[in-house]
Amino acid sequence: MGHRRPLPVVLASLLAGLAFPALADYQLNFPPPKTGLAQQIYDMNVWVMWICVGIFVVVFGAMFYAIWKHRKSVGHKAEQFHESTTVEIIWTTIPFLILVAMAWPATKLIIEQKDTSNPDVTVKVVGYQWKWEYDYLQDGVKFMSVLSTPREQIENKAEKGANYLLEVDEPMVVPVGKKVRLLLTANDVIHAWWVPAFGIKQDAIPGFVRDAWFTANEVGTYRGQCAELCGKDHGFMPIVVEVKSEADYKAWLEAKKAKAAAAAGDAGKVFTQAELMERGAKVYNANCASCHLPDGKGIPGAFPAITGSKIATGAKEGHIGMALIGKPGTAMPGFGPQLNDADIAAVVTYQRNGLGNSTGDLVQPADVKALRK
Amino acid sequence: MEAHATEHGHGAPKGITRWLTTTNHKDIGTMYLWFAAAMFLFAGLMAMAIRAELFEPGMQIMSPDYFNQLTTLHGLIMVFGAIMPAMAGFANWQIPMMIGAPDMAFPRMNNWSFWILPAAAILLVLSMVLPGGAVATGWTLYPPLYMQGGISYDLTIFAVHILGASSIMASLNIITTILNMRAPGMTLMKMPLFVWTWLITAFLLIAVMPVLAGAVTMLLTDRNFGTHFFDAAGGGDPVLFQHVFWFFGHPEVYILILPAFGIVSQIIPTFSRKPLFGYASMVYATASIAILSFFVWAHHMFTVGMPAVGQLYFMYATMLIAVPTGVKVFNWVATMWKGSLTFETPMLFAVGFVSMFTIGGFTGLVLAMAPIDIQMQDTYYVVAHFHYVLVSGALFAIFAGVYYWLPKWTGHMYNETLGKWHFWLSMISFNVLFFPQHFLGMAGMPRRIPDYALQFAEFNQISSIGGFVFGASQILMLIVIVQCIRGGKKAEAVVWEDAKGLEWTVPSPPPYHTFETAPEVK
Repeated sequence: MGHRRPLPVVLASLLAGLAFPALADYQLNFPPPKTGLAQQIYDMNVWVMWICVGIFVVVFGAMFYAIWKHRKSVGHKAEQFHESTTVEIIWTTIPFLILVAMAWPATKLIIEQKDTSNPDVTVKVVGYQWKWEYDYLQDGVKFMSVLSTPREQIENKAEKGANYLLEVDEPMVVPVGKKVRLLLTANDVIHAWWVPAFGIKQDAIPGFVRDAWFTANEVGTYRGQCAELCGKDHGFMPIVVEVKSEADYKAWLEAKKAKAAAAAGDAGKVFTQAELMERGAKVYNANCASCHLPDGKGIPGAFPAITGSKIATGAKEGHIGMALIGKPGTAMPGFGPQLNDADIAAVVTYQRNGLGNSTGDLVQPADVKALRK
Repeated sequence: MEAHATEHGHGAPKGITRWLTTTNHKDIGTMYLWFAAAMFLFAGLMAMAIRAELFEPGMQIMSPDYFNQLTTLHGLIMVFGAIMPAMAGFANWQIPMMIGAPDMAFPRMNNWSFWILPAAAILLVLSMVLPGGAVATGWTLYPPLYMQGGISYDLTIFAVHILGASSIMASLNIITTILNMRAPGMTLMKMPLFVWTWLITAFLLIAVMPVLAGAVTMLLTDRNFGTHFFDAAGGGDPVLFQHVFWFFGHPEVYILILPAFGIVSQIIPTFSRKPLFGYASMVYATASIAILSFFVWAHHMFTVGMPAVGQLYFMYATMLIAVPTGVKVFNWVATMWKGSLTFETPMLFAVGFVSMFTIGGFTGLVLAMAPIDIQMQDTYYVVAHFHYVLVSGALFAIFAGVYYWLPKWTGHMYNETLGKWHFWLSMISFNVLFFPQHFLGMAGMPRRIPDYALQFAEFNQISSIGGFVFGASQILMLIVIVQCIRGGKKAEAVVWEDAKGLEWTVPSPPPYHTFETAPEVK
């Protein structure tokens, strides 16, 4: 857990007068840094905190001395001095010099943080409500990363796992010791990509591309969360990054490519109802259930029900169109860019024949392809 | 003095029309303060619900969307409904009495600037029961998320318009009163520091409230009339809103804290039995903070992806604010130095203010360091930081001021024992509530989340317990105030042994009209 614990402990007891029980179980500082940037931030924070503690001790030492010795109840008579230009100049100048000393290393670190040049790997990261998409531009690998904590755990119906709310179905994978450049943007609202161990946080803004970088120096799994309020499931879109050795990373890339090739084969396929329903249920729970709820009943006034809705029981072209394009001006996004034809076909079929609906018609990938512009 | 009170053949009118039609600065001040108290308790209840949901991991008592509505309304109502009206209440009661003026310069506008406040409050509260619920974007109202809401999002924009209009009218009134209605002999540099801080605050309000009104009006037209100010797909820029919002928002935090500086600068000299140290430097420091506040806004946006020079400029400018703020703290300590100190409740809250606000100032300095802020931005560290400056800062100063002037306003002494209990309970529970949030933020807990990973459970539980105690402690204050209004030991004109200033030259309680003949200030 946290290194250099004494500082916050000193602060805690000094300022708050609190004695926290069982300190070993309470993390008091940043997670152990795993990039050069995070290490520098860690060290700078510790240094700045010590400066603050020093100033606090001097200033409030004086104040508490006065409180102790210059009380009326111990018979202290008030002196009437009330001005000194010399003193004012001194306590304007000294803080200014301290600030300059703090600003100098911070300046160097900012310039380093902003230097995204010469990356080894570039990954485009797109924020969606409420998941992340990772697109490995050089290798043609692209996938969604969604919270994998079961709903039962969130609703307190099952024991919570060790990585509760910090686990995803498909983690981002990067090679150790390589400079990774992220290109960040968002599809709907502003999100922020944050992994504390890497010392990197960058807003993902719809319509704009921002960049950031990190070089992870240790193999392992690192977790973070979206840091910008992005709607109701803001607390449920974690980030998981697996740092692998160069060889493992290459192997992972190959496996991903093979899987993508297999998925592409689905596009022209004709599925049975059972296949579509099974696949559709998975797609529904990963993409639709957070708003329309797992049973399709929606939340009145906020998110419409799918059960018995005009769209899900009307013409299937309208339904496919809604899934592909969404409804502008509302929280309903178009899933066209996120999901492939087979996934859209499956989820539309599932919505028309499950969740209390029974239109009886099947939607095949070809139907979806025909409606894509 | 008593003779003056009946000069026009009337004292305070009776019944509800007294309050609806009043143009008396004391009545209006009282209404502002009660309004603020009601809003404080209401938004405080929301905070209790928030802390209850965060008591344990998992979703227990509300939906994530409702959680977001509560955090949003808690912020909006505390800032615009509790702290700002409370400061306006002090301004109304105290400024005329402190500068020897008979009333505010524009008494009818004064009535209007108060009475439109309840309309704004109703819009905000009503939005909780409308379809889709209240605004759930956080008090910062960022688009494009703001585009996704229902009817209550438009009502909230109107509420902000009304609140802004109220603040602008109150500010015009305060500036005119201070500049034109001071008693003969009271030069600007003889004004009590509370009057100075409000004069500067009023200028800040007039400068930035229209900016906020503009920003939310652009949201309104984006939402309803097809404009694309903040929509990248139509050529707009979502980050533009953040720049405009924080151009308002940063001066806004000084609007909340400068009158608090003023209150504390009245109280510390009284209970130190010693004049304020460095009066002139306090005035200059206040003005410097106000001016600097216009040039630092983008430090709230270090993670939007500004160029390095942008980061550097906003970091340097923000760090500079530590200098005049430090000067104020040093002056307060120097005022206490070699005084003859006593610790009645107002002084306890004032000393609590100085020490706790300084902790908020230190974390502010940490956050000003752009590279560190990259880690801290949008985490519980920031939540802890701004509650240290707004709760143990602005709110503690309001408490201090209420205890300090309540005997003057009501003519009765309050219950000192209960007052001290209120202080110690608030002070200790406040730190139990907010100190652990620094650790949560550093360990990686983002703000505005209704549920969290297991490693954050312990500190959240401690924080929630502190929160419940802090909330319950505020009922004590209500009891003290009501008791004091109803009766108690008779207060002298000079309530505190060494209190200086014109407000202590009138009886306690003051007659309905004071200073109809201006006093001479030497």
